[in-house]
Amino acid sequence: MSLFSDVPQAPPVAVFKLTADFREDSHPQKVNLGVGAYRTDDCQPWVLPVVKKVERLIVEDESLNHEYLPILGLPEFRSAASKVALGDDSPAIKENRVGGVQALGGTGALRVGAEFLRRWYNGVNNTATPVYVSAPTWENHNGVFTDAGFKDIRPYHYWDAAKRGLDLAGFLDDLEKAPEYSVFVLHACAHNPTGTDPTQEEWKQIAEVMKRRKLFVFFDSAYQGFASGSLEKDAWAIRFFVSEGFELFVAQSFSKNFGLYNERVGNLTVVAKDNENLTRILSQMEKIVRTTWSNPPSQGARIVSKTLNSAELFDEWYGNVKTMADRVLLMRDQLKAKLQALGTPGTWDHITQQIGMFSFTGLTPTQVEYMIKEKHVYLMASGRINMCGLTTKNIDYVAQSIHEAVTKVQ
Amino acid sequence: MALLKSNKIIYCLGTISPSLGVLSARSSSWWGGVQMGPPDPILGVTEAFKRDTNPKKMNLGVGAYRDDQGKPFVLSCVRKAEAIIAAKQLDKEYLPIGGLGEFNKACAQLALGDASEVLKSGRSITVQTISGTGSLRVGANFLARFHAGPRDVYLPKPSWGNHTPIFRDAGMQLKAYRYYDPSTCGFDFKGALEDISKIPEQSVILLHACAHNPTGVDPRSEQWKEIADLVKKRNLLVFFDMAYQGFASGDIDRDAWAVRHFIEQGHNILLSQSFAKNMGLYGERVGGFTIVCKDAEEAKRVESQLKILIRPIYSNPPMNGARIAATILNTPELRSLWLEEVHGMANRIIKMREQLVAGLKKQGSSHNWQHVIDQIGMFCFTGLKPEQVERLTNEFSVYMTKDGRISMAGVTSGNVGYLAEAIHAVSK
Repeated sequence: MSLFSDVPQAPPVAVFKLTADFREDSHPQKVNLGVGAYRTDDCQPWVLPVVKKVERLIVEDESLNHEYLPILGLPEFRSAASKVALGDDSPAIKENRVGGVQALGGTGALRVGAEFLRRWYNGVNNTATPVYVSAPTWENHNGVFTDAGFKDIRPYHYWDAAKRGLDLAGFLDDLEKAPEYSVFVLHACAHNPTGTDPTQEEWKQIAEVMKRRKLFVFFDSAYQGFASGSLEKDAWAIRFFVSEGFELFVAQSFSKNFGLYNERVGNLTVVAKDNENLTRILSQMEKIVRTTWSNPPSQGARIVSKTLNSAELFDEWYGNVKTMADRVLLMRDQLKAKLQALGTPGTWDHITQQIGMFSFTGLTPTQVEYMIKEKHVYLMASGRINMCGLTTKNIDYVAQSIHEAVTKVQ
Repeated sequence: MALLKSNKIIYCLGTISPSLGVLSARSSSWWGGVQMGPPDPILGVTEAFKRDTNPKKMNLGVGAYRDDQGKPFVLSCVRKAEAIIAAKQLDKEYLPIGGLGEFNKACAQLALGDASEVLKSGRSITVQTISGTGSLRVGANFLARFHAGPRDVYLPKPSWGNHTPIFRDAGMQLKAYRYYDPSTCGFDFKGALEDISKIPEQSVILLHACAHNPTGVDPRSEQWKEIADLVKKRNLLVFFDMAYQGFASGDIDRDAWAVRHFIEQGHNILLSQSFAKNMGLYGERVGGFTIVCKDAEEAKRVESQLKILIRPIYSNPPMNGARIAATILNTPELRSLWLEEVHGMANRIIKMREQLVAGLKKQGSSHNWQHVIDQIGMFCFTGLKPEQVERLTNEFSVYMTKDGRISMAGVTSGNVGYLAEAIHAVSK
């Protein structure tokens, strides 16, 4: 009799199952619009030229070893990463009230932040404090906060399916009605999965309510630079909230904007009221890190740190980021144009209004099923497509497939 | 008054006492109630060491290997593997949640042995983890979620300092069984058997596979056999922590003997492995977590649940270190080179043990230091008391943990004499 006889088979994580199914499909025109990783116009993964260059430098540097990083990570990485989010001239950084915790990707940064909040936010033991995530949101947000011990995870209105845009009224209403001190997970830019971001005016309204209702700001920033091609523009919301005096967390990922997916490079930026608070916060973050992974992996952090801390490499990186952002913008333009040319029912403006890697097409689950089964175009059941999966070579086929799905299936 | 949030409490305190009014700056922060966390006892030692300006200072705190010049040692097999990998120009796509397949396979083979029936039958699952800590944490989380038995995890007394908080944060409770005998600086076999015989059925017992941390005291094989029998009789769930395979004796098969014996005896174990020390891949965070299941079907179910656990912690593991380790393990020349280098590291440590004892004798110490030679692996439980440790640090700039543990890897032929002098000075 095994101790584990009662362990149930867990369902596979949807986005990875999609890719697995895609791999097994032998159809010559198959297209993978699932998992969020950048692809070139040849549908290949792209290791950024600046990353290749820096990796070579690292391998050739005999003075480097594989010793443990400090618990909170590589110091030069942490400071450079926080600077990217908050800006070189950030008053908060000048005031010495910004710290970073190097983490295993954006996921790791979210998890460390969540664990900290559960223990220390607003008095100890926050298992009952509500955590609000957007409807819809990246599916792992739920898991991260749940496993960190929060028992009350709630949706806040975000996506308006009817108008295919932001449900600002619903969002603001949820903010007004949320219990004081609730935690809100905000997407800094390039909302996943909808690609729909608040405008600057809308962010201002959101911030006003959050400040008044004492709601905690937890930014998830996985696409800085990737969304618009401009680091500043993509960090506007974060910087605005900081300038409004919020203490906040930013979970940063360098998976997409550095193409360093598998090296797990992330940073939890902590903006506190003052250095004294920051010091105590970081000391408790250390304890959380110590029982989760002890200290973070060095390779990815070294690559990012070297790049961000060298003016020349930084510029080269910025160019690489713009290359990716521009290709995505091009695919958005072309997809919308082709759907309009085909006369596909509905409006398709949202494709170019949305931003970042993803687009919420508005396709229904049955239409999605049609796309996958009949056309071998793989996308998430939510109708989310990864724009990076589109290329000049497959975009006609995809547009045609969407056209068919919309005209043939409800 | 309704129960207040912490910043409201501080605000109220400020109105009660003017001196507490200075907290009003804090009161406008969410974090006024966050206490200063104590420095990590082990990693904190290195940080204190770095601040010391004494040229004779010695860092005998954290267990990272040093060569005879006291320098970090990057193994040649690692450098060679890195060159091979660099030439392949691989992409950086996400690994699966469970990690690099070729690493997982090689990692399991290393621990269980090539002839393992478990591997042939496919009734185990190995996932890549964030080194040993990550492995223990995933295992602890798995137990907390799925183990139907008691919440108690029994650790040897003493154990690695981080075991307790890891299991605790995962939601398990900690108990202990006797292990170290301070009167002999050796294994308290009788005490261990007595305590283990009283552990409630289905509890989890954690065993250090080899090179016990912090004591360096390992059971002999006959003793392991008795422990295995008793653990089976008590129907306990075994969790092995193997962070030093190869490092203890210099021989990877010898160091995995206990793990393999338990499996052969029918224990379906949990196993954490680290490649931090034996491959010198500390900062790359290379480890594995294995569960030996009843059959392949169960292994599949267990695997699916491990992924569900891992995804909300870090999604998927880092590539670099696992790729290096897999390359070494799966490339015959590199594997041979690695075995030589591990042997070399273990031998240097054994030599330092011998030289330390010789040095202490030379200083005229009247104590019995045989345990320094008998103990195995990176660490030595000197038997020194906290006050003596404090003197070693304050007067001699010898940095070590308060429990009297020294990392032999930090000892060199150049400083072993000084260390003997210092230890003798505080213990005579």
